[in-house]
Amino acid sequence: MQSGLESQKYMSDECHITVPGRLDQLITISEFIAQAAHQARLDERNTFHIQMAVDEACTNVIQHAYQDIEDGEIEISCRYTDDLFTVTIRDHGHPFDPTSIPPPDLNADLEKRREGGLGLYFMRRLMDEVRFSFDTETGNTVTMIKRIAPRPTNEH
Amino acid sequence: MALDIDIKNLKRVSVITIKGRVDSSNAPELESTFHTLMDQGRYRLVADLSGLEYISSAGLRLLVSTLKACRRYNRGDLRLSSLPPRIAEVLDLSGMTPLFKIFDDTIEAVGSF
Repeated sequence: MQSGLESQKYMSDECHITVPGRLDQLITISEFIAQAAHQARLDERNTFHIQMAVDEACTNVIQHAYQDIEDGEIEISCRYTDDLFTVTIRDHGHPFDPTSIPPPDLNADLEKRREGGLGLYFMRRLMDEVRFSFDTETGNTVTMIKRIAPRPTNEH
Repeated sequence: MALDIDIKNLKRVSVITIKGRVDSSNAPELESTFHTLMDQGRYRLVADLSGLEYISSAGLRLLVSTLKACRRYNRGDLRLSSLPPRIAEVLDLSGMTPLFKIFDDTIEAVGSF
């Protein structure tokens, strides 16, 4: 199988990576996002937000879509312009229905806290737009968009 | 950086220094560290997070389940110290900040028990 690093391709405003759908790949995915964010000249905070949203999305893919599938792959693409950073994550596992996940109760007492639902919540809070789609040809696609505020310049 | 865990057992309190990243792949490793301490009867824990670069929802859930487990015992608690800004931000977003006693530094957190 092609390793993640070998299948990375960089263009001026787009890059992608394909990795095996396993939890030990999350760190590789995080490093890939850091590189893409660096190329897009994002600040540390935006970079962290996108890394976390992608980490949560890929964890969902591995633990749910690929729950009982051993050799699934995850394809991740980053596209960026001056004001938008878009990440697309694709898998070929079981269909994922985001409406089946109840939102977490963030105000519940310690003893009543349910576990779960937090990953999806973080994706929606950290990114400006999160869309899910499924079709039998291309599988599950998550598209997440972060709006980038213009960087302050030193000109006065 | 991957996950690095260091444990210092003081007289009444154990300090767990967690460095690097906690995600779904290595949260079980951190979980077994907490379980080992509790099996030894150590329920007064301070997690020094000054070197924590990343924590996912899996790691945050683990902190909450450890907090619950510690508080079942007499004066047991999991207190957090030295949170980097990004870690404090995600703890806030998750609504978990009010659940924890949080300190600026580890000495203060240890002294609070």
